[in-house]
Amino acid sequence: MILSCKEVTRLVSQGMDRRLPFGRRVALRVHFAICDGCTNFSKQLKTIRESIARLADRQES
Amino acid sequence: MDDFRSRVERERAYLLRYASLQLRDAHAAEDAVQETLVAALAGEASFQGRANLRTWLTGILKHKIIDAIRRSSREAHAASADEFDALFDERGHWLELPAAWPDPDAALDQKQFFAVLELCLGRLPQKTAQTFMMREHLGLETDEICKELAITPTHCWVLLYRARMALRECLNKEWFGK
Repeated sequence: MILSCKEVTRLVSQGMDRRLPFGRRVALRVHFAICDGCTNFSKQLKTIRESIARLADRQES
Repeated sequence: MDDFRSRVERERAYLLRYASLQLRDAHAAEDAVQETLVAALAGEASFQGRANLRTWLTGILKHKIIDAIRRSSREAHAASADEFDALFDERGHWLELPAAWPDPDAALDQKQFFAVLELCLGRLPQKTAQTFMMREHLGLETDEICKELAITPTHCWVLLYRARMALRECLNKEWFGK
């Protein structure tokens, strides 16, 4: 399955909320291997998740 | 009767604060509290014998808040996820390739970064922000969020996608200097 970058952004986001089917996970790996933009995008979403977790810590302390 | 009415009335400010925190919308909060007070006065008989007026009122208010969230989620449903399509060409390729954020770990150690993050969160549409915070801040699973907000899993994923896309763009612009 060939994914466009737009489809990748949706799957990356969904993958943070549920376990994606095996085929989708493989297709994402294949896409990341050839696309720096989507690799960066995926890291940015992880940074956002991490930042919200830290925000919660800060509010508690 | 008058005594009960004034005791209920005295809880208004507390209930309003509670509703405002959940709904993040002054009008909706005011409405939910008003409905709660009306229901409480009509239901005085069912309060008889219960220990704590505030707890009882808050219980009613919670139902009113969930009703309000459901109503606004039905309205939000009309909007689509396509607002971010403008980032891509017709074949779904990035018009502008995302560049790596320089040193995100360092950003997470800076107080100003979190001020910017809160600014960006504040710019999200209310419904989107609410769903995103239920997921990321409260750590709820999507099926719990769906149930609570009475939305479909697909709608939930769309809202979470929109939140992440909007936050990413906002942080790009306001912090990572893009």
